[in-house]
Amino acid sequence: MSGYEARFRVWRGDEQGGGLRDFTVEVNEGEVVLDIVHRLQATQAPDLAVRWNCKAGKCGSCSAEINGRPRLMCMTRMSVFDRAETVTITPLRAFPVIRDLVTDVSFNYEKARGIPAFVPPAELAPGEYRMFQEDVDRSQEFRKCIECFLCQDTCHVVRDHEENKRAFAGPRFLMRVAELDMHPLDAAERSGLDRKRTAQEEHGLGYCNITKCCTEVCPEGIRITDNALIPLKERAVDRKYDPLVWLGSKIRRRPS
Amino acid sequence: MPVVDRQEWDVVVVGAGGAGLRAAIEARERGARTAVICKSLFGKAHTVMAEGGIAAAMANANEHDTWQTHFRDTLRGGKFLNQWRMAELHAQEAPQRVWELETWGALFDRTKDGRISQRNFGGHEYPRLAHVGDRTGLELIRTLQQRIVALQQEDHARTGDHECELKIFQECTVTRVLKDGSRVSGVFAYDRETGRFFVLRAPAVVLATGGIGKSFKVTSNSWEYTGDGHALALLAGAPLLNMEFVQFHPTGMVWPPSVKGILVTESVRGDGGVLRNSEGRRFMFDYVPDVFKEKYAESEQEADGWYDDPEHHRRPPELLPRDEVARAINAEVKAGRGSPHGGVFLDVSTRMPAEVIRRRLPSMYHQFKELADVDITAEPMEVGPTCHYVMGGIAVDSETAAARGVPGLYAAGEVAGGMHGSNRLGGNSLSDLLVFGRRAGWHAAEYARSLARERPRVDDEQIGAASAEALRPFALGAEGGVAGATGTAGAAEAAGAVEAAGGGAENPYTLHQELQQTMNDLVGIIRRAGEMEQALSRLAKLRERAGRVGVEGHRQFNPGWHLALDLRNMLLVSECVARAARERTESRGGHTREDFPAMEREWRNVNLLCALADPAVGRIRLTRETTPPIRPDLLDLFDKEELAKYLTDEELEGGLSR
Ligand SMILES: Cc1cc2nc3c(=O)[nH]c(=O)nc-3n(C[C@H](O)[C@H](O)[C@H](O)COP(=O)(O)OP(=O)(O)OC[C@H]3O[C@@H](n4cnc5c(N)ncnc54)[C@H](O)[C@@H]3O)c2cc1C
Ligand code: SF4
Ligand code: SF4
Ligand code: FES
Repeated sequence: MSGYEARFRVWRGDEQGGGLRDFTVEVNEGEVVLDIVHRLQATQAPDLAVRWNCKAGKCGSCSAEINGRPRLMCMTRMSVFDRAETVTITPLRAFPVIRDLVTDVSFNYEKARGIPAFVPPAELAPGEYRMFQEDVDRSQEFRKCIECFLCQDTCHVVRDHEENKRAFAGPRFLMRVAELDMHPLDAAERSGLDRKRTAQEEHGLGYCNITKCCTEVCPEGIRITDNALIPLKERAVDRKYDPLVWLGSKIRRRPS
Repeated sequence: MPVVDRQEWDVVVVGAGGAGLRAAIEARERGARTAVICKSLFGKAHTVMAEGGIAAAMANANEHDTWQTHFRDTLRGGKFLNQWRMAELHAQEAPQRVWELETWGALFDRTKDGRISQRNFGGHEYPRLAHVGDRTGLELIRTLQQRIVALQQEDHARTGDHECELKIFQECTVTRVLKDGSRVSGVFAYDRETGRFFVLRAPAVVLATGGIGKSFKVTSNSWEYTGDGHALALLAGAPLLNMEFVQFHPTGMVWPPSVKGILVTESVRGDGGVLRNSEGRRFMFDYVPDVFKEKYAESEQEADGWYDDPEHHRRPPELLPRDEVARAINAEVKAGRGSPHGGVFLDVSTRMPAEVIRRRLPSMYHQFKELADVDITAEPMEVGPTCHYVMGGIAVDSETAAARGVPGLYAAGEVAGGMHGSNRLGGNSLSDLLVFGRRAGWHAAEYARSLARERPRVDDEQIGAASAEALRPFALGAEGGVAGATGTAGAAEAAGAVEAAGGGAENPYTLHQELQQTMNDLVGIIRRAGEMEQALSRLAKLRERAGRVGVEGHRQFNPGWHLALDLRNMLLVSECVARAARERTESRGGHTREDFPAMEREWRNVNLLCALADPAVGRIRLTRETTPPIRPDLLDLFDKEELAKYLTDEELEGGLSR
């Protein structure tokens, strides 16, 4: 495949407003959308603001909406588009724009702070932790998260509902609760912290109606809804309404 | 005098990668109010890209492993040029640093008996790398990030404020370390989002800014790697150590062009992947150097037996230290036995079942599938050397991580020199970040406390000069100058400079590309005196042009401006690399001279130090220094015959205790 000239529309502006700007730009074999944005910077729009870091799908910085779909720019190959197609790049819609393709994602950092950290088991010294692979598999899946916040951007609970942001942590951070809850050595429960209940009562798990949109956009292929949110819901619901299950789960859990 | 916001902290950590975050945790836990500044968002530093693992002699996978063997491997890998006390502390403390991560919530892959699993890697005698699939760096950074959040939660519970004791200034760039006489007094930085300047006043500053790879064209490094910390230290008066040693990782992607340089983790080879040339030959058998002959297999059969029975087989030569493998690949390609796109073949598809590959190397599978349309379970990858890591760095004290000659300045992680000698072993960086990040945070906190009563002052003149320096590019830009920099002395001066030079502002992107090409072609993996001369004269011209660099637009999130400011650092650091490389007339580790191909014992204990000769001119002064002899009990860990390959006869006589 040889190079060709592609048509791009890129949103430019800031919190005061802005609009789509048209560009015609060279595309070469094997390139990804981020390469094209870089070429625009180097040749036509040196001050075009964009966030990126690794250019290898590992850091989750380069999130944007490409033709309306939340994606990583560095992992979106130009070959997925028709040559005649105009490729439109806009900033993440759920977060306030700072400039051009860069948005203010501080919402996510605030939510992260709201989730109590791992509670180490008091009786185990560093080096004494024993966990089996099959017991850490689940939480490890969630720890693949690169915090690109595409799921946070796509979830309809907050996408067009600013007012829900206060009460709803979003899929990434509900998944964080699930991750800690499934950690084989997390001692939260013994310290009096019921993670499942906080998911429901403090982080807005109830807003999620399991549409799975978050799972669909996750570049890490994490099955957020099926593996994190639904199990968390099931257990949270059990606890809320079924005192027997609640009691049972307390007894079942070994103190190790 | 521009109005610049100022804040008081005890310790400022520049960098939020593994080293910076570990330093910040330590400083905060020891009672210092600590600020962290980083160029990207919190949790996205370069460390996130590390794949293979963290080296630590925990002896989970092989009970014979000890800190002594780890130390020995590290010195062999570094060709005995390592600052040996650092290598010793590193090997001794790494296991505790890894275990501690578990208490903060890290979830490593497990052994059958529930301990942390450890994998093989080049140059390590035993399986030693704690890992999480091939995303170990992500686990490391997330764990440290979450530990920081946990500390902030504690502070919040106590005071109602998350950030009173430990604060992250994300997407901010430090452009100067400020000083009060010889001592550090703080940092000058700009906020990328708004373009606003600010000063953090603090008696202690820890530089943890990572590496320099963005000065090279083909690199596995991200945009952050512009050598900022190296340059900040130089400009503050601290010397850099052994900058000639740059690691070219043997396996970077070579195709398509837009991904050229992206890393293919060494775990591919550690887990059984083999290198072949266009004739299908496993060529690494032809490249085992004498110093390693006894340790590596001579036949494919022997090599293949090693994976399951390492006691009775020698290791495959694919697992030689990186410098050896990179040179071998380079030689094969040069001899015309390369792959279609100028690399060699790295194959796992014929070595393991597809589902094992997908489980053990998920990100590699993903990376090749998504970026190159290659299914690594069905066909070989094409790979070639890529600029990966800088062993050289700020000269530091082994115990305290203090930079030389500048009280209050500390350095840890990739930006610090010495630990890895002339070549770093895989996995030894992540452990280095933790061991020396902690030490830097600890000693910075103590030093800050000792100055609690007489904190160094920040000097308005330095702030003014730093602002002017940062605003210069706007004065030269086509239109933005007016918006960005009206009325400052720097702007007027810079405008004058352009006129004097006959106008015509330089484009930062163009300069950056020319710099990368220069370093890649002339100070790359194989070096020659003439080419390095050429590089130095090109660098001088680039430096002059960089004085005329101009940018458009305004200060808010302006990547052209950011790059313009980074150029100063890349040029300074590149000059150090080129000068030191020209000076060292031997080949060792990450420094290969075509005109001086042998490793010389006389050079082993010679360190090259680069310092600013005259701050006004920005030229580098190079000096040689003889390193202290290796402690006898550490030398005793090696056979005499092996030592004789590295140490001079006098050193041997004086050194051994038996
Ligand atoms: C692809 C890849 C894979 C790797 N895999 C491994 C591995 O498996 N095992 C291993 O041991 N090593 C590995 N390495 C090496 C290792 O990842 C790095 O050496 C290490 O992460 C560096 O960490 P650091 O803390 O020194 O710096 P970084 O993680 O790079 O952090 C630097 C920080 O400094 C900040 N910064 C820089 N300049 C400024 C400035 N002017 N102002 C403010 N902030 C600034 C940056 O924003 C960033 O936060 C790998 C490297 C790469 C590229
Ligand atoms: S599954 Fe739940 S969290 Fe995910 S997008 Fe749908 S509503 Fe949001
Ligand atoms: S869960 Fe997936 S989509 Fe959401 S932030 Fe993490 S990586 Fe991104
Ligand atoms: S730049 Fe890191 S994920 Fe795209």
